[in-house]
Amino acid sequence: MNKKYLLGIMIFCILLGVTASFLASEYPDGLEWVAGQIGFLTAGEGKEAISSPLPDYVFPGIENRFIAGALAAILGTVITFFIALLLGKLIIKRNRTGE
Amino acid sequence: MHIPDGFLSTPVWTSSAVISTAYITFVIKRLKKVLQEKLIPMMGVLGAFIFAAQMFNFPVAGGTSGHLLGGVLAAVVIGPLAGSFVLTTVLVIQCLIFQDGGFTALGANVFNLAIVGTLGGYAVYALLLKLLGGKSAGKTALYICYGIAAWFSVVMASASCSVMLALSKTAPIKIVLPAMVGIHMIIGLGEAVITIFALAAIRHARPDLLERRQAL
Repeated sequence: MNKKYLLGIMIFCILLGVTASFLASEYPDGLEWVAGQIGFLTAGEGKEAISSPLPDYVFPGIENRFIAGALAAILGTVITFFIALLLGKLIIKRNRTGE
Repeated sequence: MHIPDGFLSTPVWTSSAVISTAYITFVIKRLKKVLQEKLIPMMGVLGAFIFAAQMFNFPVAGGTSGHLLGGVLAAVVIGPLAGSFVLTTVLVIQCLIFQDGGFTALGANVFNLAIVGTLGGYAVYALLLKLLGGKSAGKTALYICYGIAAWFSVVMASASCSVMLALSKTAPIKIVLPAMVGIHMIIGLGEAVITIFALAAIRHARPDLLERRQAL
């Protein structure tokens, strides 16, 4: 896949993520909605096993929530691209070290 | 459909973690043998697209929202094993960096979305395609397979999730299964449409990527 093409798709993905951070529906997703209806939504409250740097796709410490959201989207999209790529390359590394 | 911490009982989330870890270990071992280098950029692109698309909740049936799962999309483009690997990568990033999906529930989310949703969805696709003529199936038949498989992937994942919730005694199966499956039968329509469009775009731009028909 040539670099220009790749860049084009990545820009599309980044724009998709940024648009999502603005336009995504606020409604609870299927599981959350069902959990709310049945009554176990609160079972998950306060039970987080780890703390994450950008919880809920929002960059902490930034006043403007649009920018905070867009930044998180950009970061996530780009990070995911590179990590997936890196892992793919690591998997294939066997070609050089062995059979 | 990312399950947070606290929804699943310890036996359920630990056994899910064990199963998913075993699966990913198997996938890596297998991919070491069969992963084609030219698919690696697509792994990155699919990961990025699925991450971004999963942020894009669309309203469904007044009061709920859905988003792309992307399992069938990934599996059709890079094969079901690499596809489930990419889905897993997305889930891990969502969990660790964005607190989307509990850390203890990671194994469960991988099971529902990367295994049932991706591998399972691909199985539906492969089976349907075979029924409709396999390699000699026309373009319409192919798109029908994409769409139906995508729909099933979401529905099956929601069923699997419901079973986990019921086994955890978080919700009774008689209530949670119909509720989850019901709403996800609608969300699945969105999955089908997006998957068909995405695959149509890929077919148009890079038909070679989808002609391969390589197994894994």
